[in-house]
Amino acid sequence: MISQLSWKIGGQQGEGVESTDRIFSTALNRLGYYLYGYRHFSSRIKGGHTNNKIRISTKPIRAISDDLDILVAFDQESVDLNAKELRAGGVIVADAKFNPTVPEGVSAQLFAVPITAIAEELGTSLMKNMVASGASWALLGLPMEVFNQAVQEEFGRKGAAVVEKNIEAVKRGGDFVLAQAGGPLEAFKLEEADGKQKLFMIGNEAMGLGSIAAGCRLMSAYPITPASEVMEYLIKKLPKFGGTVIQTEDEIAAVTMAIGANYGGVRTMTASAGPGLSLMMEAIGLSGMTETPLVIIDTQRGGPSTGLPTKQEQSDINALIYGTHGEIPKVVIAPSTIEECFYDMIEAFNIAETYQVPVIVATDLQLSLGKQSCEQLDYDRIAIERGKLVTEELEPREDNKLFPRYAFTEDGISPRVLPGAKHGIHHVTGVEHDQEGRPSESAVNRRKMMDKRLGKLSQLRITDAVKADGPSEPADLLVVSMGSTGGTINEAQARLAQEGIATKHITVRQMHPFPNDLIEPYLQRAKQVVVLENNATGQLANLIKQNVGYHDKIVNLLKYDGTPFLPSEIYNACKELN
Amino acid sequence: MATFKEFRNNVKPNWCPGCGDFSVQAAIQRAAANIGLEPEQLAVISGIGCSGRISGYINAYGLHGIHGRALPIAQGVKLANRELTVIASGGDGDGFAIGMGHTVHAIRRNLDITYIVMDNQIYGLTKGQTSPRSAEGFKTKSTPEGSIESTLSPLEIALSAGATFVAQSFSSDLKQLTTLIEAGLSHKGFSLINVFSPCVTFNKVNTYDWFKENIVNLEQFPDYDPSNRIAAMTKIMETNGMLTGLIYQDKTRPSYEDLAVGFKPEALAKQDLTLSRDDFDKLVKEFK
Ligand SMILES: Cc1ncc(C[n+]2csc(CCOP(=O)(O)OP(=O)(O)O)c2C)c(N)n1
Ligand code: SF4
Ligand SMILES: [Mg+2]
Repeated sequence: MISQLSWKIGGQQGEGVESTDRIFSTALNRLGYYLYGYRHFSSRIKGGHTNNKIRISTKPIRAISDDLDILVAFDQESVDLNAKELRAGGVIVADAKFNPTVPEGVSAQLFAVPITAIAEELGTSLMKNMVASGASWALLGLPMEVFNQAVQEEFGRKGAAVVEKNIEAVKRGGDFVLAQAGGPLEAFKLEEADGKQKLFMIGNEAMGLGSIAAGCRLMSAYPITPASEVMEYLIKKLPKFGGTVIQTEDEIAAVTMAIGANYGGVRTMTASAGPGLSLMMEAIGLSGMTETPLVIIDTQRGGPSTGLPTKQEQSDINALIYGTHGEIPKVVIAPSTIEECFYDMIEAFNIAETYQVPVIVATDLQLSLGKQSCEQLDYDRIAIERGKLVTEELEPREDNKLFPRYAFTEDGISPRVLPGAKHGIHHVTGVEHDQEGRPSESAVNRRKMMDKRLGKLSQLRITDAVKADGPSEPADLLVVSMGSTGGTINEAQARLAQEGIATKHITVRQMHPFPNDLIEPYLQRAKQVVVLENNATGQLANLIKQNVGYHDKIVNLLKYDGTPFLPSEIYNACKELN
Repeated sequence: MATFKEFRNNVKPNWCPGCGDFSVQAAIQRAAANIGLEPEQLAVISGIGCSGRISGYINAYGLHGIHGRALPIAQGVKLANRELTVIASGGDGDGFAIGMGHTVHAIRRNLDITYIVMDNQIYGLTKGQTSPRSAEGFKTKSTPEGSIESTLSPLEIALSAGATFVAQSFSSDLKQLTTLIEAGLSHKGFSLINVFSPCVTFNKVNTYDWFKENIVNLEQFPDYDPSNRIAAMTKIMETNGMLTGLIYQDKTRPSYEDLAVGFKPEALAKQDLTLSRDDFDKLVKEFK
């Protein structure tokens, strides 16, 4: 019995790879396995090789695997491109239609299943995905009822006949491959899962759900990979809560509309990736200057310019922190797990309103799009904090004076009234202003206002601003990361531990303002520090050097070829350093 | 009920004496009072430019944003609180150069806001460069040999973008301007009001006298039917865009807010933000 297994399906984009993966993994999720997915896709919509890989485990996992156990291929290209990943004893299930062959140097067992032929026999080649997933399921020897239930749910809307046809396709695929293999493969027999129900989603959905929980009721956005799913999720959901999603003409409109709506009193956000973020910079300054709450999601992808739009990268860090001209208070949060994607959105909206600042939640492509198991989300952790928002009725002001929207206070945060409130009239401007919001060029006022705004975040530490996970023993080697890479690091750590090499890992979740005090003790204790990130210039490492120091201890581990780190790469790098 | 005086504040505009924008300010104050608004029910969102300062000179909620973005900000305010009357306003550079993309799309979108452009055919605040509204041959700091680009016609663009309300006025004609702003504010959908508002400091060609000589008031055409889009386009072209009055209005098209499925008829800003446990469970269940 094994505790984990990797499965991949490959074919031409638009050929059913996605749906095969969806049904197969939904069924696995129902059985209580932990899943972690990786989508390889190109910017083309139809055609072009695409593949989805999922890792199935009885224990929590947050990383793709180095190798592969089962490859399902709709064409020879998928075999040729992916077979080398198969470990010895691996299996290829391929459509007999293209007379599949095992590439030279690969020692895998091939099952040629008439995937297209069976599907066509049953009425349509569209059912290829069902035949393929049925064959995969059968080889693993997993209970059929759960799978059929997933099929029922996928096609229930289309009527009983369609469901039946699809179940038949699943069965025929399974029967065929079992006859060839002589029964389920012993080597791939998975231990039973804990049966506990988990959620199965992508980071963008978790953030969308988190936003609704946070009370977000408007979203203005312009489509871009890999952010669009946030918008697509909210388009389906917000109308049920009286709100709406508006697709704007560009990201400048998206962000300024969000600023207007937040000023108007509704929790509103926008989501984009690098190119859109670049367009938003001036407006982020407006939010900071006018102390108008704002929440932006930046799903990092390969830059610069159009870069690698469908590939993994973490290269927006500098832009997120330094991008806007002038000096404003701003918060940058980087969730590192799917659960954090949910909870961080709630915190982001609370911080935006409490401190009256722009908050950027920065993910990376793998976290945004990698479909994975998510622990049950805790309703009781949802709390809405609106800071100094004035909701009670105001007294008439003496001499019809304006409401002091930018009043100097001890913590620098001023009471905020929403347009519409009687006796709350004040002015808001991106020009330097006095306490009532009137333009002011006074040097004294300028200094006080700058200090007020920039001082607001001095105490801010988000939940788990710096998060330690993995082995808890003291270690000489410290690995520092941000975003989605933590799970892969943990896995490399476990392998290193088996060889007696102790390591420690921290994830920086609060990217700005930089939590120096929380990071420093780790750096101090370590003899060597590996800062691991998906970019070419070591932006996180530079942040640490600039803010905390310890230049002599810091080593970069960088990957910027568009693919996520593999456990083996981290393992090798750490081993070399040891 | 508030009088127009209650829409005044004690701030002295920093406009040059004689600037056309003074009358636009007065017309907005009068129109707001005339349609029965209280100051707190009005939000004026403005761009950057001499004209953009207007939001600070009216006793109402005001936001002076960034150059060219008054419209998306104003649309955000309206989406957040449908009970507010929202005016977006700014200069010809703000709305027809840097913000032109937003202008066209705000027109198409047809949210219920009113856009008032103070069109002086020049960049005032940056001290006299050419604008998309400058006439060909017009000499400015940035076009010392005269502008060689053709003049943009916002009225034609508005009509072809699907505008439901298009008007034009002249800041000297306070009465007409006030009436048109009232009509714009009362229109259910997006209303564009372009106002010839002379810059007395940097535009020595398009002066008050020049406008008086060159503009045609639609009142001269008693048979003119502002619900006829083809006639409107023809009239704009015939007069080379130098006409004033209500040029076009479509009262039948619902506003964006009314078309958006599920969008609350009450102010979204007043809604309770709590997600019930039941709703939460339903949302989560989809991921099982
Ligand atoms: C992004 C940006 N670019 C340039 C400017 C400089 N700027 C301020 S106002 C303006 C043009 C003003 O012309 P217009 O919009 O016609 O307003 P007017 O001053 O004539 O009323 C320019 C170019 C700016 N503030 N922001
Ligand atoms: S420069 Fe022109 S537009 Fe600006 S205030 Fe003076 S007259 Fe008005
Ligand atoms: Mg101008």
